[in-house]
Amino acid sequence: MIPLPSLKFTKMSNRINDLGIHTLRTDLPSFKAGDRVAVHYIIKEGNKERPQIFQGDVIQRRGQGATETFTVRKISNGVGVERIFPTNSPKVSKVELVRSGKVRRARIYYLRALTGKKARIKERRG
Amino acid sequence: MQRLIGKKIGMTSLFDENGNNTPVTVIEAGPCVVTQVKTEDKEGYNAFQISWGDKKEKHWTKAEVGHAKASNSTPKSVLVEVRNPRIERKVGDVLDVNIFSVGEFVDVVGKSKGKGFQGVVKRHGFAGVGESTHGQHDRQRAPGSIGASSYPSKVFKGTRMAGRTGNKINKISSLEIIKIIPEQNLILIKGAVPGFNGSTVILEK
Repeated sequence: MIPLPSLKFTKMSNRINDLGIHTLRTDLPSFKAGDRVAVHYIIKEGNKERPQIFQGDVIQRRGQGATETFTVRKISNGVGVERIFPTNSPKVSKVELVRSGKVRRARIYYLRALTGKKARIKERRG
Repeated sequence: MQRLIGKKIGMTSLFDENGNNTPVTVIEAGPCVVTQVKTEDKEGYNAFQISWGDKKEKHWTKAEVGHAKASNSTPKSVLVEVRNPRIERKVGDVLDVNIFSVGEFVDVVGKSKGKGFQGVVKRHGFAGVGESTHGQHDRQRAPGSIGASSYPSKVFKGTRMAGRTGNKINKISSLEIIKIIPEQNLILIKGAVPGFNGSTVILEK
């Protein structure tokens, strides 16, 4: 069949993000794990569009560039609910930073095992 | 058939105006130079040969330099033939991503990632026996019976068994072209294509 020699890259790491395929959004506030955010997510009902607000604590940000996502966790009627939002999705119309939290990890999964008073996050000031 | 040689750069995703997220593979393809035209009278079939890929000058052989001379180019690392072309090409013609258009479906040929020696569950999609091992150990991913005993008293040729997996030339058909960026020779194709990032792929339509 067809010979297919492999061509090796020396540096691959950020190649895709450097090509200029995507226009990354810059309008979001800087937030990280532990912060409380309100995400305005546009939903369509028939012909109408309205933003739905999902407010909770960011438990992780993952990925970089166009495929970056963040996970927001909130307690709804006593049940923990987590939602993953793609950072660059046009449906995420706005992210409001409600409160910055003081945590020691970039991914605060331990929050899932905690309830009530234990599940509080200290506020970061200044 | 039309063909273009390129290199898989990697995968990412694109949002459209409705907010739908499409997974895409970025391929840097072309420009390819037509190095030879084969005709029915001379070679017995109609085809043309295209070349692509940088090659260090110290690795050039005199034969390669001579072959590339006709098209006024330099020796390249990959040469591919396009048989029974619908469009006639001349030696020295340059093909780039503009031979494709957005919305078209293309086939992608590439060499898949080598997985080494694998069992039948990964290699052929056997189900394994799950938890129903009847008390035997090391049975969970076993292939089961490979044939009856008294008749036919042999294992049929081609019976699917464990072995070397991947590292084979594969063709994935009908992948949609989502976007073309001619300035950077980039084609964005919906879905995955075989091979490592940086490996050579051939686009066909």
